[in-house]
Amino acid sequence: MRVPVRAIAHSRSGDKGNTCNITVIAYEQDFYEVLKEQVTEEALKAHYAGVITGKVTRYAVDRLGVLNFVCEGALGGGVSRSLCLDNYGKSLASRILSLEVEVPERFANRLRRGQAA
Amino acid sequence: MTLRIGSGSAWWGDRISPAEANAARGDIDYLCFETMAEATISTAQVRKRRDPDFPGYDTYLDDRFRAVLPHCLKRGTKIVSNQGWINPLGAARHVKAIARELGYPDLKVAAVSGSLITDKMDQLTGTVIETGGSLDEIRGEIVSAEAYMGADPIVEALAAGADVVITGRVADPSLFLAPMMYEFGWTREQAELIARGSGIGHLMECGAQVTGGYFVDPGYKDVPDPWDLAFPIAEVESNGDCVITKLDGTGGAVNRRTVLEQMFYEVHDPANYITPDSVVDFTTSDVEELGNDRVRVRNIGGRDRTPTLKVSVAVKEGFVGEDMFFYAGPGCLEKAKLAERVLRERFKIVNLQAEELRIDFLGVNAIHGAASPAIDYEPNEVAVRVAVRAKTRAEAEKAGREVDGMAVSGLGSTGKRVPHGERVREVIGVWSMLVDRDLVRPQIDFA
Repeated sequence: MRVPVRAIAHSRSGDKGNTCNITVIAYEQDFYEVLKEQVTEEALKAHYAGVITGKVTRYAVDRLGVLNFVCEGALGGGVSRSLCLDNYGKSLASRILSLEVEVPERFANRLRRGQAA
Repeated sequence: MTLRIGSGSAWWGDRISPAEANAARGDIDYLCFETMAEATISTAQVRKRRDPDFPGYDTYLDDRFRAVLPHCLKRGTKIVSNQGWINPLGAARHVKAIARELGYPDLKVAAVSGSLITDKMDQLTGTVIETGGSLDEIRGEIVSAEAYMGADPIVEALAAGADVVITGRVADPSLFLAPMMYEFGWTREQAELIARGSGIGHLMECGAQVTGGYFVDPGYKDVPDPWDLAFPIAEVESNGDCVITKLDGTGGAVNRRTVLEQMFYEVHDPANYITPDSVVDFTTSDVEELGNDRVRVRNIGGRDRTPTLKVSVAVKEGFVGEDMFFYAGPGCLEKAKLAERVLRERFKIVNLQAEELRIDFLGVNAIHGAASPAIDYEPNEVAVRVAVRAKTRAEAEKAGREVDGMAVSGLGSTGKRVPHGERVREVIGVWSMLVDRDLVRPQIDFA
């Protein structure tokens, strides 16, 4: 079954100069294998086409179920030079949650769904 | 012995009441304030030239210290803070004056300066990290050069008896590491402990970002009472194990997810996170939920510091002008698209000399830009935002002036902000270099 990353992971982004890092964290260790296989550097870059203009490097931290993507050329030249409304790129991490991934049916009842808060 | 270190702020504009709560109820040994962003020093330098009365330190210094100092004096909580910006000694004197008013004339307040090395510009002969070239190739007027200092001068000030230490630019994690090094007697030979302490400092430096701030995704990732977040408290052991927690009775949460999000925040290679004190390895960490908003973090790894310090060189590069206007109701998106055409034609007519021009539709594509999905519905509202980067203030002002023109000469039902705030800001670009540690000489003065 196909689900958005949001069903199996959460994310946060941070800035350093013109580079943004986007961290994708599995809600459960099982989910991490799906992320590691399908949320590749290429997949992330394609999902941010036109926004991330430079190289994307992925660091996989198996022990913690975390993928950290370092995205160069993602902040419009850097915080001060940027014409982006969100010049720190604080909102960039949410975009990855809409990427669709294929997960095994057995995950069905463990997937995150929007529950009323 | 368990050392209790509380966060007092994560940036200049941060809330003050959670710092006061930590000071009053946190039973903390140290309260640490982080108040600087990348451009804080350069912006302060520019402001100081324009306004000689600007004292050059955190503009909320007085508010913050009046809120926390009475509690800290009562409990014996020491304070480490980077609120000194370009005038640490001035900030220290101000704190000393508040302490005197409160009946503590003997409070020892130290200032750590030496991070500003603008006068050593001729010695910055290395490579600019972002360009691979030399500093000579950088266009624009250099405003300042500042080094990121580590924990050592803070430790030295504490050893000299300081109750409060106010610094200029110090790397954020170092503010929290310094109390650990001083209280536990960690030496430079114990590089792994220092790396662990730097890692804990990184978890703490962004305050509420580890207690449920910058975190909530409603229905997916919630925290209780998100209007009442606490700033974190670290309970650190002498072997570098720690528990990250927060005050009882506050909103937010400390759990595995909040801790992991913060652990990787602004981190590139997680096995080599470089601070002035250490090279930290987060990939060996164990993160364990203990319940009741307590998370134990153990086995952060790492090794000794590098031989260099990072220097930020700030350069005046030009100006950015921006403003926006609005449409709502039927046809609003079509109006926004035509308004974009109008603006682009107007910019030709007024001969705009822009280095970059950007027009966004808020509600459609302003945040995720070109990666935004196409919309197949008519929104009820759209704001058109225009931003221009130019070499001169006069060119940058054209963005706002053309938005003014949209008021009576634009399309039907154009909404505008009148009066508007400042629409032009100066661009201060920041370039990074590495320098020998010897070039940076920290100085400690008591107020």
